[in-house]
Amino acid sequence: MHRVDLFPTHEYQGLKLRPGRPYPFGAMVVGNMVNFSVYSRYATDCTLVLFHNREEKPFVEIPFFKEFRLGNVFSMIIFDLDYENIEYGFRMDGPFLPEEGHRFDKTKILLDPYAKLIVGRDVWGQQPNWDSLYQYRARVVFDDFDWEDDMPLETPVNDLIVYEMHVRNFTCGAASGVKHRGTFAGIIEKIPYLKELGVNCVELMPIHEFDEFENHRLSPIDGRELYNLWGYSNVGFFAPKAAYASSGRFAMQVDELKNLVKRLHANGIEVILDVVFNHTAEGNEQGPYISYRGIDNKTYYMLTPEGYYYNFSGCGNTLNCNNPNVRDMIVESLRYWVTDYHIDGFRFDLAAILGRDQNGNPMSNPPLLESLAHDPILGKTKLIAEAWDAGGLYQVGSFPSWGRWAEWNGKFRDSMRRFLKSDEGVLADVKERIIGSPDLYASQGRGIKASVNFITAHDGFTLMDLVSYNNKHNEANGEDNRDGENNNNSWNCGCEGDTDNPDINRLRHQQVKNAISMLMMSQGIPMVLSGDEMGNSQQGNNNAYCQDNEIAWLDWNNLEKNADIFRYFKQIIKFRRRHKVLRYDEHLRHDDYLGLGSPDFSWHGVKAWQPESGYNNLTVAFMLNGRYAVTVPEGSSEGIPDDFIYVAMNMHWEMHGFEVPQLPEGMAWHVFANTGMPSPDDIFEPGEEPLIDNQHEVLLGPRSIIILVGR
Amino acid sequence: MNIEVYKTSESLDSFNYQQVQDDILAILKKGSNAVVDMTVCNYISSTGLRVLLYSKKVAASKGLKLYLVGISNEVKDIMEVTGFNSFFDIFNTMEECLSAIDN
Repeated sequence: MHRVDLFPTHEYQGLKLRPGRPYPFGAMVVGNMVNFSVYSRYATDCTLVLFHNREEKPFVEIPFFKEFRLGNVFSMIIFDLDYENIEYGFRMDGPFLPEEGHRFDKTKILLDPYAKLIVGRDVWGQQPNWDSLYQYRARVVFDDFDWEDDMPLETPVNDLIVYEMHVRNFTCGAASGVKHRGTFAGIIEKIPYLKELGVNCVELMPIHEFDEFENHRLSPIDGRELYNLWGYSNVGFFAPKAAYASSGRFAMQVDELKNLVKRLHANGIEVILDVVFNHTAEGNEQGPYISYRGIDNKTYYMLTPEGYYYNFSGCGNTLNCNNPNVRDMIVESLRYWVTDYHIDGFRFDLAAILGRDQNGNPMSNPPLLESLAHDPILGKTKLIAEAWDAGGLYQVGSFPSWGRWAEWNGKFRDSMRRFLKSDEGVLADVKERIIGSPDLYASQGRGIKASVNFITAHDGFTLMDLVSYNNKHNEANGEDNRDGENNNNSWNCGCEGDTDNPDINRLRHQQVKNAISMLMMSQGIPMVLSGDEMGNSQQGNNNAYCQDNEIAWLDWNNLEKNADIFRYFKQIIKFRRRHKVLRYDEHLRHDDYLGLGSPDFSWHGVKAWQPESGYNNLTVAFMLNGRYAVTVPEGSSEGIPDDFIYVAMNMHWEMHGFEVPQLPEGMAWHVFANTGMPSPDDIFEPGEEPLIDNQHEVLLGPRSIIILVGR
Repeated sequence: MNIEVYKTSESLDSFNYQQVQDDILAILKKGSNAVVDMTVCNYISSTGLRVLLYSKKVAASKGLKLYLVGISNEVKDIMEVTGFNSFFDIFNTMEECLSAIDN
């Protein structure tokens, strides 16, 4: 049986055409046909512009005839295109009336908002032809990658250990030892390293296409070129960053990224994408025409009544997320990354913007967030909000969640940093953070799994810099050190920056180990900043968004230099993965509700069972009862209880003795970690921890954490 | 074991894929195993990668083998970073390929 609609109805300059299918938007291959479809509510006319690859001038411009339009959609089918050698764009005609929100300009060639493969910035840092009429060029994608049996891993969210990383920074440093530095392929070469570290999820900073030359300039301090390195500025929401692929010069970034995901999955590592749906790279009124403002400005952007761009993102414009059509685009983009790239989850940059209405007002039940929470394809996808924006909306603990959304817990970062530098008066808050922030998440029933805990992230100091600098040092960014967070809650341990003083360096290492211990012993999803595990420094720069050089690149020499730090990270991650009692998804009850002899969780002080006993809010201890965390092996009806875990934290600058609670008959305390001890006695192989002589009391040195395991 | 060798030209992309595809399928249709000799090939596009993988899958569906021989460094790089290498038995030279088949 043959279809009867496979014949052209029109011919234009030798190309055979017929009316297209309006849906789905974008370009799609069907047999020997390519379907092109674009939506614009306010355009009066549209032309499809076709180029041969990399050619400056189009070889044909095909008008969308009247019969190629349905509603507000222009669509056409072209037969027998050699689509591997085609780049396409649109010209849109319509009113130029900025005060009414319209900025149509038919002299511009525009990128398809649904472009799945974008070329034009194919090799990182290679100067483009700035005179080119069409800079970011859409191509038709091959979507037939062979995934074999791969699917998203669906790791329980409370079992995740997230590693936040930047594709380029991760392996660009000369000492990384990889063949394909700074690319997706380079990450594949480092999979054995990630496995050794023990993380089971990588969160990639933006990998959607962006322009590294946006705001390109020279540093006034050292003359180095400054780029848009981080990429929080989308050119397209469906296409991967070409220059992050070693094969980008051949436009094979789609296959290379898919291969990365497949290989990570094969090694038990999930992939979360940091997605930026709050603004685009088109900037404000002075910005360039790339796509959206020329396709349908009033649809895609939040505009003031006078037609100016709202700037809740701090980046010049704000995507009109709760316009129904933009909402559809966002949902489709996310579905596409899950369906076609097998992505496991998303972290939404400045997600509070996603809950603002078309006039910028926060909504109580934002339709976009609700759609995402209930989307069938995203049904098991992790959704993580950066629950604030640059317009002053701060929703940590109150982000609309429908039981599906987790949050970057900014309060965890702030409280733990203050405790780490021995601030008195923060302990009550610290205790909430240790038990998964019930003050933020329990009342809505969101559970511990709503809290993504972190002490460092790409914004702000690295962990080593957090303990080496009191103040930010962003002069090299060329903004007179005005950019970046001022309030870092950091402490330099006695000297600003690098020092030869062995006491200070020893203390810094100890503080790094204290920080990772706080993170890994707390309930909630821990997130580690890439490089912290080897003591990576950015020389005090706490906003290295433009430093495409050794400031932001990981220095892999640190792996040897700070071998004790790497070893500590590795072991404590292993310990967390081994102990279910550290990874609850629902909040603790602080009660012996099963009559097992002691509560699921209990607070202690320098005296056991007396949480108030301590020193000036700088000491705290807690115990987790492993009998409340039972693992039932497959095919067995008998559960295996976890061990008991006791953690004592002394952030005082003096030594303190802690009385240890008594274990049930037949069990004894073993020491897993003591940050006050020099390596290798600071941490032991999980499962092989040495028995401690004194089962009644442990001594904690100044600024130390001890972790005991009872079995 | 029937084996027939097919030699590609300097590139394998959308300009010549149809001929390459037809030629390899013709070998498989005869019931022969195919050795694709890529010694002179220094560029392969997305289309080219798919021609090879499609051929390999057709071969497998007929219980036949398809081997790749003489992959240049450029082509090898592309196949590695996109993961296409994992689907193929690849040999440096025809001799290595034939002796592996014999064993």
